[in-house]
Amino acid sequence: MKIVVAHLYPDFLNIYADRGNIAVLARRAAWRGHELEVRAVSVGEPVQAGAHDLLYVGGGQDREQALVAPDLVEKGQGVLESVAGGAVLLAVCGGYQLLGRSYRDLHGADLPGIGLFPFDTVAGETRMIGDVLLECELEPGDRRTLAGFENHAGRTRLDPGAQPLGRVVAGFGNDGESGWEGCRVGRAVGTYLHGPLLPRNPWFADWLLAQALAHRLGEAPQLDPLSDELELQAHAVSARRAESRGGRR
Amino acid sequence: MPGKLLWKIDPGAIDRLAARLPLGSVVVSATNGKTTTAAMAASIIGGRFNLAHNRAGANLMSGVASTLIDARAAELGLFEVDEAALPEVVARLRPRAVCLGNLFRDQLDRYGELEHVAEGWRSAVQQLSATTALAVNGDDPQVGELARERPGAVVFGLDDPRVARPSLQHAADSKYCIRCGTPYEYAAAYVGHLGDYRCPACGHGRPPLDVAARELELNGLESVGFTLATKAGERRVELRVPGLYNVYNALAATSLALALGASLEEIVSGLKSFSAAFGRFERIAVGDRRVLMLLIKNPAGANEAVRTIVDGGAPAVAVVALNDAIADGRDVSWIWDVDFEPLLGRLERLVATGDRAAELALRFKYGGLDAGAIDVVPSLERALDRGLELVPPGGELVVLPTYTAMLALRKIVADRGFVRPYWERAA
Repeated sequence: MKIVVAHLYPDFLNIYADRGNIAVLARRAAWRGHELEVRAVSVGEPVQAGAHDLLYVGGGQDREQALVAPDLVEKGQGVLESVAGGAVLLAVCGGYQLLGRSYRDLHGADLPGIGLFPFDTVAGETRMIGDVLLECELEPGDRRTLAGFENHAGRTRLDPGAQPLGRVVAGFGNDGESGWEGCRVGRAVGTYLHGPLLPRNPWFADWLLAQALAHRLGEAPQLDPLSDELELQAHAVSARRAESRGGRR
Repeated sequence: MPGKLLWKIDPGAIDRLAARLPLGSVVVSATNGKTTTAAMAASIIGGRFNLAHNRAGANLMSGVASTLIDARAAELGLFEVDEAALPEVVARLRPRAVCLGNLFRDQLDRYGELEHVAEGWRSAVQQLSATTALAVNGDDPQVGELARERPGAVVFGLDDPRVARPSLQHAADSKYCIRCGTPYEYAAAYVGHLGDYRCPACGHGRPPLDVAARELELNGLESVGFTLATKAGERRVELRVPGLYNVYNALAATSLALALGASLEEIVSGLKSFSAAFGRFERIAVGDRRVLMLLIKNPAGANEAVRTIVDGGAPAVAVVALNDAIADGRDVSWIWDVDFEPLLGRLERLVATGDRAAELALRFKYGGLDAGAIDVVPSLERALDRGLELVPPGGELVVLPTYTAMLALRKIVADRGFVRPYWERAA
């Protein structure tokens, strides 16, 4: 089956190996006989509601974020309707921030967000940098860990009652205080964990693929298991790094 | 480390030590190529001056201080300087010449955003005294712009569209006009975002070149030749190291040497006698095989290492080493921004090693290499042996290590008696 992906601003938001996440989705889909069709959607091109099974927004530095923010507002309605219609979304770091309500950078300039996620973000003086380990429960009763790396000045404060992606086991997370990381609305997930998040967290890549297929099929299929020996080794090393040297709250 | 101590307890003493150098100091900085550029400059001017030179790459303020302490008989300071440390080093040393090469994303976990480093360079240049000579790489939009604010600055760059890349690489960083944000158009893109750029909207473009390389001749892994064009005339240069990036390094070293009054003859002969900087491109005989070691440390630099190797004939076996100590960058996500794919053409076996060996293996697996063709061997020593055993006698093993892995691998071969430690060769 074909899975249609909208990769938003691949020419601007690509600071931390975002193409690695796309490569993992494409290969893991192909190994199950599915085809990932990735369409770049950049400045000036609209997001048509319902046209994609999965939307991906990567990370950028302040300069690139400022370059795309006004355009993203234009796309906002299409993104919101897509997610409301059951499309999957993964937003990382800078992209995550822009999908909240607002982002205030270090110089006090306000960038508008599209309000998909219920939070505001304000940049702080110090950056929160280091390895991170999260515990997540995306499906009831199914607890899993995500290992990654964070590097952000933004403090993201979720509204009361908002659903985070996971609980911080080690590292800073959304704001360095609350103990929460990321945010989830339906099949949309945002996170500060950047770079090769999916290679070393294959269960999460498969969850995204299954949800994208569910957008097509109505329900999430059981994906064939793959040999994930290297992935699990990388996860274990990364998780140990977070425990030994992740940011301390 | 005495330099570090001095910096902590009496930083002003560094200023005084630097002021004692009778001919002053010159400073080189860049994300990629600063060690090689400084080594090339040393090869050109080292015969004329007694140098204080931090040749082993201790390029923070503390390393510069240590070099100053150790080199009391020196006449001239020649320092490579970390990009982020440049503002402080320049303020203390008050150099007579500064050469700035390029800015690429590198170790964002340590440096923060690229823009932040660029900001530091702009303020460092503004602080330079009127008599300080400035040389900049005009092919890098952010760096070339520094010359505009300073009349008399020397601009260097490449001028040979025949060797340009067909398109901008994924790792290109300064792709958008620094004035208006529009994507630059490139008449030629050479290394990452370095090239002959122009903004179609506001016209911001590469400044005119004072020192240029033309008519390049790339000879695989062996060498590169080019015509060096300066205001003092043109000369043919043959480098014994390969790759476009080394042409940039040679232009930077030339600009610095010209600022110190070197003649074109001295420059040509100095560049000709230069062989390799520490760990950057080294061939080491190990028994009946050879190791070819090329440092990789960020996407732009690693892409050039890969391109150089593939130009010399893609290897069937490679050892790639990924560590994540502070000096390597604790964040390993940069490996996903490197174009390793050209290596896959003939690669039959990859030995992934270092503290993050599994992560590296995944980069190649998802890049299209069969997982069965990958050996994950975290121990550097065992990975080196495994690689050597896969190469036939008389063959050459390609090794691409990150910084601390490179140090450790050199030590391993040195301990086996195959290479003299760099500190013995330094003098």
